[in-house]
Amino acid sequence: MSYLRGFYLLTITAAVLPLIFPDNYYVTVVGVTAALHAILAVSLNLLMGYAGQISLGHAGFFGIGAYASAILTTRYGWNPWPAILAGLGLTAVVAFTLARPILRLKGHYLAMATLGLGIIINIVLVQAGKFTGGPDGLGGIPSLSLFGWSVDSDLRWYIVIVSVLLVVVWLALNIINSRSGRALRALHGSEVAAEMMGINTTATKTGVFVLAALIASLAGSLFAYQQAFVSPDSFSFFFSIELVTMVVLGGMASTYGAIIGAIILTFLPELLVVFEDYEVMIFGAILMLMMIFLPQGLFVGLQHLLRRLTRDRRTAIDAAEAGESGRGAA
Amino acid sequence: MFDQILQFVLTGVTVGATYALVALGFAIIYNASDVVNFSQGEFVMLGAMGSIAFSAGNGLPLWLAAICAVLLVICVGMALQRFAIAPARGASVVTTIIITIGASIFLRGVALLLWGKDIFGMPHFSGEEPIKIGEATLLPQNLWVMGGASVLVLGVHYFFNHTTNGKAVLACSCNRTAAQLVGINVSRMMLIAYGLSALLGSLAGILVAPITFTSYDAGVMLGLKGFSAAILGGFGNPMGAVAGGLLLGLIESLAAGLISSGYKDAIGFVILLLVLFFKPSGLFGKASAERV
Repeated sequence: MSYLRGFYLLTITAAVLPLIFPDNYYVTVVGVTAALHAILAVSLNLLMGYAGQISLGHAGFFGIGAYASAILTTRYGWNPWPAILAGLGLTAVVAFTLARPILRLKGHYLAMATLGLGIIINIVLVQAGKFTGGPDGLGGIPSLSLFGWSVDSDLRWYIVIVSVLLVVVWLALNIINSRSGRALRALHGSEVAAEMMGINTTATKTGVFVLAALIASLAGSLFAYQQAFVSPDSFSFFFSIELVTMVVLGGMASTYGAIIGAIILTFLPELLVVFEDYEVMIFGAILMLMMIFLPQGLFVGLQHLLRRLTRDRRTAIDAAEAGESGRGAA
Repeated sequence: MFDQILQFVLTGVTVGATYALVALGFAIIYNASDVVNFSQGEFVMLGAMGSIAFSAGNGLPLWLAAICAVLLVICVGMALQRFAIAPARGASVVTTIIITIGASIFLRGVALLLWGKDIFGMPHFSGEEPIKIGEATLLPQNLWVMGGASVLVLGVHYFFNHTTNGKAVLACSCNRTAAQLVGINVSRMMLIAYGLSALLGSLAGILVAPITFTSYDAGVMLGLKGFSAAILGGFGNPMGAVAGGLLLGLIESLAAGLISSGYKDAIGFVILLLVLFFKPSGLFGKASAERV
């Protein structure tokens, strides 16, 4: 399967990294956050990159998953696993109910509606202090354990979250290369044309919206167990924007692009810490410059650049050869 | 009860007037260049912070400091157009959104560097003696905000309908190529549009700063509210944006007073969502048909 070639490469890289650097902060700590962000970015990319529906509220679903798990395990003594399922159930209900009216909107109105949805969820997390712990957050969340194998070290969390990432990537790649994936892309091109071809656009859009929300919710539950603490700050409007940035920065409509975007945006602040007070300013400047000069995103942009360079060299070689043969004839 | 509601309405109109100015800035830039400028809120913050810095730091009288700050923010707005928006012309909507978000983070970063995380206050323009209207009270600064916003909105209306430059900006938003063909200097009109937006934003910031105080991140929420107001009124319709701003301010103030102050922002957004669900093009927006 040629479309899975990159996936195998990703799997091998992810497996080899902790073998070479088993206790490296950037692999097992920042790396885990990057993988978690990558799960979110890949799911958002299904919605934005392929179906062409912008969402500025993805962090809301991430938050629903995280808080469902956090509240059920700490306040009601649930086992972490059914708590994840409950989070997924709640997310499915919310996403499915709202998908239809929200996805009827287009362009800036859609952006505003999803943004509003994300902010409403965040405000509820802050205000419903009786359950959520309010702005101070909720701590003491138990960790996951799998048949007696307790996920209690950075390395073990790396294994769990990277495995989930790989499953999500595999799922995304298969969807994109399936009948429904082609329907999504047709929808992105032109909704009217897609409808003319017999695609049920409403059902397709609703489906991908709910799927993206479910993946985000799962990521949220994992985040809650991994951090053992959640607070509304992690699920704010800023984080939604950051997720959109990951998708666009890497290159829309490219699953690997979304992963690259997630890795860059996770590591960039870590690296910028050395600039101290200038950190925020430099981050904003980098964001602007990358979008101005590589509007298609890093992954796609660099691919084009590479192709142009190799093509230029080939034409140069062709020209040289033509010149030589011309001289030979003369 | 009536007095209480009157009080909420007065507060709501004041807040709404600020939202209206920010929303108007969104609408002007969107009309001129199809860009949603997420750094609109930063114009507001820079206007207020700049005035305070010029008056407190350099000892200028407040009015002169305010003029300097407004001029500075206009330059920032024009620079944004020239160096960030113009080079990315033809990029997708999402890309331009991220460019302006990058710009807003950048401007916030600059403000953080210059002034830190402190919260700053500004003296009221004409005293703090409350004015009684029945049982409700009003500060003179509230009148400044309402009056200032009215003058600015009328000014914008006059500019677009009765001046050559204003009409030229409108022409660019209708059809850029056609505008160029009749001899309009499109890139200059873009600068005017961004400058005008920055002017509105910074003045809104200066007018409201004595009441709400300001800090380096004060622009974030105002920017979001302004965008919401512009969408509520029907995006791209300047007078719809003003109406949307006033309406959003009123809703929030009444919700805060009558229902719950913690949920006031949520209620504002819920009503916005409901409006969009039933009228997807905003209250005063034209229904758009998709072109195939």
